[in-house]
Amino acid sequence: MIRPSIPMRQALARLVLPLFVMAGFALLLLGRADALLAERARMALADAVVPAFSVAGMPLAAARAALEKLRELRSLRADNARLRAENEQLLRWQAAAAALDSENATLKEALHWTPVPAASYVTARVVADAGGVYARAVLLPIGRSHGMTKGQVALDGQGLVGRVTELGARSARVLLVTDLNSRIPVALESSRGRAMSMGTNGPRPRLAHWPEEAPPVEGERVVTSAETNAFPAGLPLGTVRYRAGVPEVELAARLDRLDAVRLFDYGQRGVPPPEAAARLAERRGK
Amino acid sequence: MAPLRTPGIRPRPTLRRRLDAASRRLFPAAGTTVLLLLAAAPLGLPGQAQAQPAVALACVFFWSLARPASMTPPAVFLLGLLADLLGLTPPGVSVLILLAAHGLAAGWRRALVQQGFLTVWLVFAAVAAGAAALEWAMVGLLSVRLLPAHDALLQFGLTAGLFPALAALFTQAHRGLADPDRA
Repeated sequence: MIRPSIPMRQALARLVLPLFVMAGFALLLLGRADALLAERARMALADAVVPAFSVAGMPLAAARAALEKLRELRSLRADNARLRAENEQLLRWQAAAAALDSENATLKEALHWTPVPAASYVTARVVADAGGVYARAVLLPIGRSHGMTKGQVALDGQGLVGRVTELGARSARVLLVTDLNSRIPVALESSRGRAMSMGTNGPRPRLAHWPEEAPPVEGERVVTSAETNAFPAGLPLGTVRYRAGVPEVELAARLDRLDAVRLFDYGQRGVPPPEAAARLAERRGK
Repeated sequence: MAPLRTPGIRPRPTLRRRLDAASRRLFPAAGTTVLLLLAAAPLGLPGQAQAQPAVALACVFFWSLARPASMTPPAVFLLGLLADLLGLTPPGVSVLILLAAHGLAAGWRRALVQQGFLTVWLVFAAVAAGAAALEWAMVGLLSVRLLPAHDALLQFGLTAGLFPALAALFTQAHRGLADPDRA
């Protein structure tokens, strides 16, 4: 092998960094031009790390559950008293609900109401918080091979969590409603006014574009609206909270401690999730 | 074979010894990869999303100063790509930031190695501020949106704050585990 002279080698070594900086810029442009490529690479990596993360998360989840149990033991008496009071109240609500249910049934009968088919769902454990500094997302260990599709709606026990935006063979990424790119058409429950819930990367999304005559009222429930055919109507999102004069949504879902989510397939394909939308625009441009 | 840098009697370069030396040379890049994956793992720590770029920047800066032969531009490029894929930043953003940090560290190396830790930390804090600002600007520009500034501030604080702990860890590794001369 011919060895280059020392000054030659030094000159070559000095060229390496600018070369890779240029490659970095090329990567940036490539990522802009072809969003699908970046997404595919990302999900390939996610597919590779999801099994390891699932296993690694188990002892941690067990430890957290044990701590939680200890905390519960300490507040057992107080919890008991609170639950008893709550139970009494709920029993009263149960009677009211039963009455309303039968009334609802008779009214539907009278109106020849066509029933909405119940949506099918799967439940998945949240494997990792897959967000970054400027993104809020979670990673699930189920993917295309489990029959998942993009745009499926994720809920926890209390409310809307987000939507499936990226899909690998055995992993899926759910963009949370708090993400900066998240835009959800909502309805304000008491006025039935439509609005948009815009993610800010903070814990509470902001409300915008509400009708002038019906501003959001503090404490009002916010549910999804079927406006753009992206979500089914009536999924609970949270309640209105004003902070510094700006209406925000106090989320019903507990996004800071997501353990498992239910994924519903409502077959809604009205508005594709953000990444897919970028690609669609690109395809149209071609 | 590595050229002899210092005179003296050396053990014969057997296969095992050469493998040992190679793994020590690979330690900085491999260790950074493991730390990056660990920062993305479900540990449930607060601020973990911000910790990932912090770990990447601290690792690249430290090893570019301490052992530039083991933290080369290709390695930095690949680490940046991994950080981009794990951290949901547009691909290329972390790559460019880490390469810039590497370039600065390599350029200031001669001046910085003679200084005490406090000076190195201050310089790193300045680099971290620049990196956080650059990431904020680049991600904002690429998504055509004004991003909340508190994310960038939190990232800067965490990056600068984590550095002493990581540097202490790396200094130990630098003297022992990652030293090819000890093979």
